[in-house]
Amino acid sequence: MIKQCVIVFGCLALGEFAVSMTGLKLPSSIIGMILLTVFLKLGWIKLKSVKGISDFLAKNLALFFVPSGVAIMLYLDILKDSLLPIIVASIGSTIIILAVTGWVHQIIRKKL
Amino acid sequence: MSTFLQNPIFIISFTFFCYYVAQEIQKRTKLIILNPILVSIIIIIVFLSIFHIKYEVYHEGSKLIEFFLKPAVVALGVPLYQQLEKIRKQTLHIVVSELAGCIAGIVSVVLIAKLLGAPKEIVFSLAPKSVTTPIAIEVSKAIGGIPPLTASVVITVGIFGSIYGYAIMKWIKVHNPVSQGLSMGTAAHAVGTSKSMEISPTFGAFSSLGLIVNGIFTAILTPYIIEIMSLWIKF
Repeated sequence: MIKQCVIVFGCLALGEFAVSMTGLKLPSSIIGMILLTVFLKLGWIKLKSVKGISDFLAKNLALFFVPSGVAIMLYLDILKDSLLPIIVASIGSTIIILAVTGWVHQIIRKKL
Repeated sequence: MSTFLQNPIFIISFTFFCYYVAQEIQKRTKLIILNPILVSIIIIIVFLSIFHIKYEVYHEGSKLIEFFLKPAVVALGVPLYQQLEKIRKQTLHIVVSELAGCIAGIVSVVLIAKLLGAPKEIVFSLAPKSVTTPIAIEVSKAIGGIPPLTASVVITVGIFGSIYGYAIMKWIKVHNPVSQGLSMGTAAHAVGTSKSMEISPTFGAFSSLGLIVNGIFTAILTPYIIEIMSLWIKF
């Protein structure tokens, strides 16, 4: 368990390090995710030495969003002022992304 | 009583409790609209308002739960690694469809908000709405949006995507599992990916990929897309 923590937090720390050294405009967690994938691929980390904790964390990802979601209460006023454009544009655009990404992928995977 | 309600340990247990109750509600009712993230956020906001607890106080206590968000995103590297062979075989397909989805998303949200008369700062705040919060905030700052508004919209879009994303894709005939996972991560970032992980690690892997690639494209392309759109539209 401790070894698993070392690996996951180690990748995250390396991500933080990369961001602070290069000023890269990407979140440290995403860099950490890519590093973990790369280390597994290179065989530097064995799958079984990270599987337990990563299954637990990834399966409960939704819970960890709750606190930042509660922050919406601070911005209810700005949201209320432009509620209609915000909601229609966000929902409309989300459906468009699902359609465009999905369709383009389905079409080119057959053709290419 | 009121000091107890501000105790971080109480706040943490209360957040766990709300999420547990929300999960049970969804299990029993099987209604997709009763998404556990959405239901717990509503219960907590109502609770805080009733007992006049400031958000700052809640945030102080709930930091420990939020803390796990970053390592949980790192953990998505495992399903990603397990699908690496499949990803490698279709790198070009993935890059092309992500690019299309990214551009379509930014252009459409900006156009719709503008057409409905939203002020400039609101329109720009919405532009990076489909990517994970830290990237969205940076982009919002760079193009003149309101970062906290962006953050709120990002999480709302994520919840919407995780509730209706798979139903919408069934309706618009996106059937291929790889396409579905990819689209979910592209449209609804890590919140959508949490839904994909619940379905299966394979969906989770492609969702993670979608959120990474769209995050990178959005960070790079949004300022240029806005600049090009400004040639035709007066914001």
